[in-house]
Amino acid sequence: MRHTDGPTRRATLGAILSLAALPFAAVAQDDTLAAAIREQVGDATPTEGGITLRAPTVAENGGQVPITILVDSPQTTERHVAAIHVFATRNPTPGVASFRLTPLLARAEVQTRIRLAEEQRILVLAQMNDGSVRQAAAEIRVTTGGCLS
Amino acid sequence: MTSPLATPRIRIPRQVRAGETFEVRTLIEHPMETGLRQDGPRPIPRDLLNRLTVRVNGDIALQAELRNGTSANPFHTFFLRLDRTSDITFTWTDERGRTAQATSRVQVG
Repeated sequence: MRHTDGPTRRATLGAILSLAALPFAAVAQDDTLAAAIREQVGDATPTEGGITLRAPTVAENGGQVPITILVDSPQTTERHVAAIHVFATRNPTPGVASFRLTPLLARAEVQTRIRLAEEQRILVLAQMNDGSVRQAAAEIRVTTGGCLS
Repeated sequence: MTSPLATPRIRIPRQVRAGETFEVRTLIEHPMETGLRQDGPRPIPRDLLNRLTVRVNGDIALQAELRNGTSANPFHTFFLRLDRTSDITFTWTDERGRTAQATSRVQVG
């Protein structure tokens, strides 16, 4: 055991030091985001691809930002999207909404309008009925923040 | 309790062909107050719709769990496909348990 402790402790110390170099607010925000993601999909490792995420590059009004999420899936009983989760990485609370889908839908597409506090990345996770998770992201510039104003 | 929820607005075709994919749009007027905003020195109390459930003949087709990132006057669009004439029911629920409901019949034929 002893010889494995050394590197682990050094790695932990290194991680603490690298966190210390970041502004405190950024670390807190990353933790909140990670917790929000874990709450929805657990420890699943998402793969890229299979999701079309349409959002404006620049949103004049952060209070009403239209987004479209379309997951490539037949939406049959055998193979369908079970859930779509939307996260705003730099909102005060990152978990925007979750959609539970069923094969009664013609396709795995949802359009809605969300609030963005500031310029940020939005992250979409899609859970398939077999438990696999896909992800997509988009950067959105926000002219007027939509959370606190 | 306080005032009832607003009457929702639904855009849905009255008639479709069997198996045809069609669009459904829903909107309900609601401030979706996050509790984070201030009115001068006072915080504006949190007032959120937290759920939209869409049922086809009583079976859940879509359930939206809304948190405070959803815009005021929540708007949702999605796509359905039917093989027989069906009743589509839309139910919004707020955090205090109030609900607003609408039902649309879509004829297949």
